[in-house]
Amino acid sequence: MDVQRKLEILADAAKYDASCASSGTEKRDSSDGKGMGSTAPGMGICHSYAPDGRCISLLKVLLTNACNYDCLYCVNRASSNVPRARFTIDEVVKLTLDFYRRNYIEGLFLSSGIIHSPDYTMEQVVGVARKLREEHHFRGYIHLKTIPEADDALIAEAGRYADRLSINIEMPEETSLQQFAPEKDVRAIRRTMGRLRLKLDEAEDSRSAKTKARPQRFAPAGQSTQMIVGADSASDHTILHTSSNLYGSYKLRRVYYSAFSPIPDASRALPLVQPPLLREHRLYQADWLMRFYGFDVAEIVDDSAMLPLDIDPKLAWALRNRDRFPLDINRASREELLRVPGFGTKTVERIIATRRTTTIRVADLARLHVPQKKALPFIVLSDHRPAPHRLDAAGLIERFKPKATQLGFGF
Amino acid sequence: MLYITLDTETDFDGWRKAARSLVLHHIQPTDITWTVQGGEAELFAPPAPSPILEVNDGTFNVSGKFVDLAQSAILHRDPQRFAILYRLLWRLKDNHDLIEVATDPDVAQVIAMARAVHRDEHKMHAFVRFREIGRERQAHYVAWFEPEHHIVELAAPFFARRFADMPWSILTPDLCAHWDGHALSFTPGVSKSEAPAEDRLEETWRRYYASIFNPARLKVKAMQAEMPKKYWRNLPEASIIKPLIEDAERMTGAMLAYAATDPHKPQKRPEVPMTRKLAADDLDALREEAAHCRACPIYKDATQTVFGEGPKDATIMLVGEQPGDKEDLAGHPFVGPAGQMLDRALAEAGVDRKKVYVTNAVKHFKFVPRGKIRLHQKPATPEIKACRQWYERELAVVQPDLVVAMGATAAQSVFGKITPIGKTRGRLIDLPDGRKALVTVHPSYLLRLPDPEAKALEYQRFVEDLKIAADLQKKAARAA
Ligand code: SF4
Repeated sequence: MDVQRKLEILADAAKYDASCASSGTEKRDSSDGKGMGSTAPGMGICHSYAPDGRCISLLKVLLTNACNYDCLYCVNRASSNVPRARFTIDEVVKLTLDFYRRNYIEGLFLSSGIIHSPDYTMEQVVGVARKLREEHHFRGYIHLKTIPEADDALIAEAGRYADRLSINIEMPEETSLQQFAPEKDVRAIRRTMGRLRLKLDEAEDSRSAKTKARPQRFAPAGQSTQMIVGADSASDHTILHTSSNLYGSYKLRRVYYSAFSPIPDASRALPLVQPPLLREHRLYQADWLMRFYGFDVAEIVDDSAMLPLDIDPKLAWALRNRDRFPLDINRASREELLRVPGFGTKTVERIIATRRTTTIRVADLARLHVPQKKALPFIVLSDHRPAPHRLDAAGLIERFKPKATQLGFGF
Repeated sequence: MLYITLDTETDFDGWRKAARSLVLHHIQPTDITWTVQGGEAELFAPPAPSPILEVNDGTFNVSGKFVDLAQSAILHRDPQRFAILYRLLWRLKDNHDLIEVATDPDVAQVIAMARAVHRDEHKMHAFVRFREIGRERQAHYVAWFEPEHHIVELAAPFFARRFADMPWSILTPDLCAHWDGHALSFTPGVSKSEAPAEDRLEETWRRYYASIFNPARLKVKAMQAEMPKKYWRNLPEASIIKPLIEDAERMTGAMLAYAATDPHKPQKRPEVPMTRKLAADDLDALREEAAHCRACPIYKDATQTVFGEGPKDATIMLVGEQPGDKEDLAGHPFVGPAGQMLDRALAEAGVDRKKVYVTNAVKHFKFVPRGKIRLHQKPATPEIKACRQWYERELAVVQPDLVVAMGATAAQSVFGKITPIGKTRGRLIDLPDGRKALVTVHPSYLLRLPDPEAKALEYQRFVEDLKIAADLQKKAARAA
């Protein structure tokens, strides 16, 4: 089989993994003239976008799509009839370097089906990174998928080469993982996440310690995970609870939510429907509220246990907490401002800087990039005060609902 | 009207020098026309540009934020940019804080221009596509790019740092950047026909692009928001975007219509049954069995069961309350800060740490997540009761002479009922099974004491308590 055909099979097999950002690592470049590549600590670069709206920043492939396991939601499961392929270490190394030189990609995201044993598989995955770093002095971004239960020494080595390590939790609840992936052990996954966090903490301590010893390097872009949404019956509340637990327990940089999408040769046990893209979108919004806006899971999802699909979770929260509004944005605290629908973190900073010098009026909102329709019912400005009955009106929510359109396309 | 002519479209230093001088001569913004040498606007200018007024004295300050913004905004293609920047500078000299007023039209416009420039720079970093000329070692990499603003000089150093070991050129209609492996250089703009038309890897790249795309998740608008059509012309993958979109519906339909297959028989992970008969002294088997415990809900959010550790023939068994954050991650009891304090106190009291069996009353970590940390939660009585089976079975294997209960939760487990520490602390108590028990505080209680004096005092009391255990350990050693 030629490399192009392998690439088709092994990229196709990798496309259901949403975790593909190339951000948040250390600063490196190749200006010493040895090798090639660079990374920046802030945002990664998306070199292209696919028609599914997702960024392509890395060469995202599997080393092999053969797998001993039979996880029902997975296209690579042992019992699926998809064509199989396996890259050699050298083939992946060459593809990465060739693509990188042409500026198609920021680096490599390598994962693999589990063959022979977790240690064998992990050794192969690490082998690619080792070759890129040691032989070719590749300074670009590397994200490796960690195989649960792999040997500690291999994990330590993976962390030396990789910018980010990840391990997918896959299902929001242990019971669904037992149902869909009976051979996978959620405890082993969590143990591995725990080990990664201990190593990340150690590396961080060694960086901040004021000793002469060279700081230990371990996955400077941290760890991340993915959860499949919509394959099982878990509620949004359950999903967000799991995420908040994962963030707190393992200091994950990101939890990626992947709307379960139909896969070729799917199992009968799964919902063969359009992926719930809007739900996925709302979960990402809710996740942001937890990470950057100080919201708690219990505040975001009410008793109904599902996020509303028609309005975003922050607006939904504001509508449930109307007694906190309207808010005078020329006076309110940063924490309060962050909770106004339509205000992003940058908007809030701009408001705070601006109001030191001048008072903010309705006409200024556009220059602050605030969506007026969304924010006005909740805020007081020097020339605007929403009529009290408007905020109380039961019909307020109707103002925000979009015209009846759905994301994606119907059949 | 004053006519100021700048050397190039990106001549920030020239603009700055002129602007400074103009402000000091109180020249109103409306009295100046800015042009660039060789630019169109020059048609309307007088044959000789106005000499820049010489200034010998006088100076004024503007905020660094303005300078940063101006340096970016001047790269914008809008011919009005020099005038807009001057107008803002003119207003800033008497009102420094104006630069913070994001709602001011001039400030807003300059910010918008700077942002457009940085976005274009970012897109150039992303969308330049090199094509290889020659092969391998002698290869030269050449790209064609059409920037929206005057960003070539701004964006080039990025490529020099990234592709330091290969010679490359980026050709654009405005300006071309070259890297020979040592230094950057710039030459005038060229036409697209100067650039190579293809690369041997482009077909492979297109195949990758087609395969990584999931047709069931079509979001064309989201794609175009990030990769505007104006850049498509020079992206090798763009040629297949339309066919991919057109085919997506058919492919998804086929996937949905395809008869689902029955799963193979799952090879279920062997669960360790709770009732398995174990050799009475098999601690490892006990540990393995406890790893699957689901007797109370605490296990759900915790990482793993943290079981007891130590020699099977220990004469002393230390019982803590529950594992903490570090213990939960590592899977071992007393490895965190409380564990370090315990080790120190044991050493001071004269207890041989290696001969002690250490465990917890509750084997899973109970907590609530608060952002990036986990707040320890006290286990409830039903949870302590549910977990007591493990303590009892450890006790039955290890058969210690003395059980040291550290903290209220531990005492509750050891005595089988709620036992206040204050009253029982620091003396040997007979247990119904003939063993002795000793109650003391939990080391993490000491860690939480804010007052250093009280802390030192309490620590001493803790060591005193442990000395009782040390005496017993020594006696047992002599007897043996
Ligand atoms: S805390 Fe104890 S009883 Fe509860 S699940 Fe864990 S080991 Fe079992």
